[in-house]
Amino acid sequence: MVSELNIGDIEEIAIGATILGAGGGGDPTIGMYVSQQAIRDHGPVRLITVDEVPDDAWLIPPAGVGAPTVGIEKLPAGSEITTAFRALEKYMNIRAFATFSSEVGGSNSLVPVAAAAILGIPLVDADMMGRAFPEIQMTTGTLFGISAWPLSMADERGNRVVMETMNNLWTERLARVLTARMGGRSIVCNYAMQGRDAKRALIWGSMTLARTIGRTLQQCRQNKQDPIAALLRLLSAHLVTRGKIHDVQRRTDRGFALGEVHITGTGPHTGEQVRIAFQNENLIVWKNEAAIVTVPDLICILDEATGTAITTERLRYGQRVAVLGIPCDEKWRTPAGVELAGPRYFKYDVDYRPLEAAHYD
Amino acid sequence: MTERYRIGIDVGGTNTDGAVLDSQGRVVASAKTATTPDVTSGVRLTLETVLERSAVPRSAVQLAMLSTTHCTNALTTRSGLVRVGLLRLGAPATTAVPPLVQWPQDLRAHVLAASFILPGGHEFNGEELSPLDLSAVRRAARELKGKVDAVAISAVFSLVNPEHEQLAREVVLEELGAEMPVTLSSEIGSLGLLERESASALNAALTAVAGKAVRGFEEAVRAAGLSSQLYLGQNDGTLMSLDQALRFPVLTIASGPANSFRGATYLSGLRDAIVVDIGGTTTDLGVVSKGFPRESAAAVDIAGVRTNFRMPDLISLGLGGGSLVREVAGGVVVGPDSVGYRLVDQALVFGGDQCTATDLAVAADLADIGDPARVRHLSPGLVKQGMREITRMLEDAIDRIKLAAEDVPVIVVGGGSILFPETIAGASQIVKPPHFDVANAVGVAIAEVSSTVDQIFTLANRRREEVLEEAQQRAIQQVIALGAAADTVELLEVEELMLAYMPGDARRIRVKAAGRLAFT
Repeated sequence: MVSELNIGDIEEIAIGATILGAGGGGDPTIGMYVSQQAIRDHGPVRLITVDEVPDDAWLIPPAGVGAPTVGIEKLPAGSEITTAFRALEKYMNIRAFATFSSEVGGSNSLVPVAAAAILGIPLVDADMMGRAFPEIQMTTGTLFGISAWPLSMADERGNRVVMETMNNLWTERLARVLTARMGGRSIVCNYAMQGRDAKRALIWGSMTLARTIGRTLQQCRQNKQDPIAALLRLLSAHLVTRGKIHDVQRRTDRGFALGEVHITGTGPHTGEQVRIAFQNENLIVWKNEAAIVTVPDLICILDEATGTAITTERLRYGQRVAVLGIPCDEKWRTPAGVELAGPRYFKYDVDYRPLEAAHYD
Repeated sequence: MTERYRIGIDVGGTNTDGAVLDSQGRVVASAKTATTPDVTSGVRLTLETVLERSAVPRSAVQLAMLSTTHCTNALTTRSGLVRVGLLRLGAPATTAVPPLVQWPQDLRAHVLAASFILPGGHEFNGEELSPLDLSAVRRAARELKGKVDAVAISAVFSLVNPEHEQLAREVVLEELGAEMPVTLSSEIGSLGLLERESASALNAALTAVAGKAVRGFEEAVRAAGLSSQLYLGQNDGTLMSLDQALRFPVLTIASGPANSFRGATYLSGLRDAIVVDIGGTTTDLGVVSKGFPRESAAAVDIAGVRTNFRMPDLISLGLGGGSLVREVAGGVVVGPDSVGYRLVDQALVFGGDQCTATDLAVAADLADIGDPARVRHLSPGLVKQGMREITRMLEDAIDRIKLAAEDVPVIVVGGGSILFPETIAGASQIVKPPHFDVANAVGVAIAEVSSTVDQIFTLANRRREEVLEEAQQRAIQQVIALGAAADTVELLEVEELMLAYMPGDARRIRVKAAGRLAFT
């Protein structure tokens, strides 16, 4: 199916990407402006499905790395995307057939849209997380043995670096250090893969899902329908509770924003006490002290009236919220997936259980 | 020693309020007149009325403060705005997002004459992002010649280092004349280039309106025979000089709520509380901590433009003295539509035929206004349900604006205060201070001058305490320069934010200081 992304679609993707960020992933607003401008300058982006990619064709996903605080100040040049992209192509001696998003949740959902417009290549409707995660190696690519290196990085000046590392964890470490030296924000291209690997390793349909979520919320707003009910249907999600935030506790540890939010159920949910631990993203939900949704399943805290996602840094006492548990992609529900991105990776003494299982206890 | 006085004037959507305070800060007299379309004649009338009532010698009024909606109206109606040229210093970065992309198209077309993205700006750690190209700035300035009435300049991380913006301004003034109004983003906003740039462009566009408002205020004050020092209220509830107001008009566009919050805390003596300001059409709720309104953490939309001004965090409800009361299936609805300033002839108690929230309050014996006989026919059920609905709306809003679950004191001010029930959930006590109906004018009269330092520091070679001390001293010196008595200056906020993902121990430090204006 041929499909095009136009300027109007971008805002819908941005709204959906914020929800799929599961509380984190960064604000996609700047990425929205960048990709809208890229489409204005270069024309709409062709969106293709994973099975439209020939087995031996190469795909490269670009992503932004660095501090969100820098991102809202030092806006992109646009050229750093092409610089990083071309650097990896040159190093690997390949030509990319298309691009895709490594992370559909949050700000990295839209970086590849801008890349596709500027480079004039299609965007594959897929990603490697189905949500947001804080580290480079936490991808379905890693689960399928696709290495996070060689990795190219570029800044807006034209500096570019290509690195090969011992493993995906080292890629993450070194990329962070270089990013700081580049002024706190860089574009990286890595996880280059061929069509045959993409078909196994990628999570299909992510961009369409983000757009559908955004479109659904906008329609609910126009037609004055309950956005929460619409999202529950659309995402096969589980309603954890509806209620009011009565406490938010925060601390920082090694550069990560950690904390816990406490929600008291209201209306039909009166009497429910819900506690959610977060580290950039929401990680674990306890309802009346039983862990009922755990990472990598998605935990989303939404404004009850508008369905807008509330990211962890914006949580505040008194907000009326709905908490949704959304099943993660099946690829994460394997021993390797849970080891890479389950509760124990984030140092919680809790076992991962698919939310459907916990829900029906 | 002769007594000395200060006078505060607050121009709101419905009324222009005034209050005269003595040197002890006691309210000597107050007045309320209808806001006029030209604003200035309303200011004159209130000024005359309140001075007459106070009977104080006019020569003894040393300080005069104005808070006004001039600039807000200009933005909402798109009238009186001037053409702006915009220079952004940040190339090669930032070129992927054009300036003012987030503005409504009609406002952008109306205001923006031309924009340029030129080399310059800094990194978060103060290093140059790219060297400033002064000849490129000069070429851009020449292109703007004859096309613009004001210029805005923004640079990447200009809060860390404003030098590039300042150097560019010198070149612009050389090319376009020393009188050309130039707004620097580092003087106006906080972190976030797009929002800060947008605020700077709005500020530049408001130059002419601000000039008119300031001159109108000066004339009104002089016509009343006063030789007072003049100040304007700004969004965060503190004051600036007229000279600053001319340079930073955008900082006056939301001073109303801040003033009533400050007035409420002053009149009640409670420094930590929730303030409920009930007017004719709307109710504003805010939080004061240490006597100052809590600032909003989120970006605020004004006339369709997202900005990051320092503004009070508030909730607005469509509930006021003039709110219409209607019976619907299953209950009673109050507001959001209102008879507004026509309350005095349309409400039942004033002989009109509209049942308003004021009529409910009179029928419920909460107030003695107009002719109570005219609401005797209202059914007890309607009155009870209506008052219960008003209570529910207020309780819900109090709960949303609160910072923590504990009950807190609630201060009620504004002309519609009679609607507030005698008890309400979430309040540890309810205080209706004297002069509650002119709390906004009192608020601007007693306001302090303030200044904020908001910057990213890296602790690579420095101790944290050293960096904090530097930021605090800078804020304090800025406040004294604005006219505050040195011994009254206090630090209102010291905030430290660790920057995630950033090695080198980078943090954003924000310090705000304020001090009282002294009589001479």
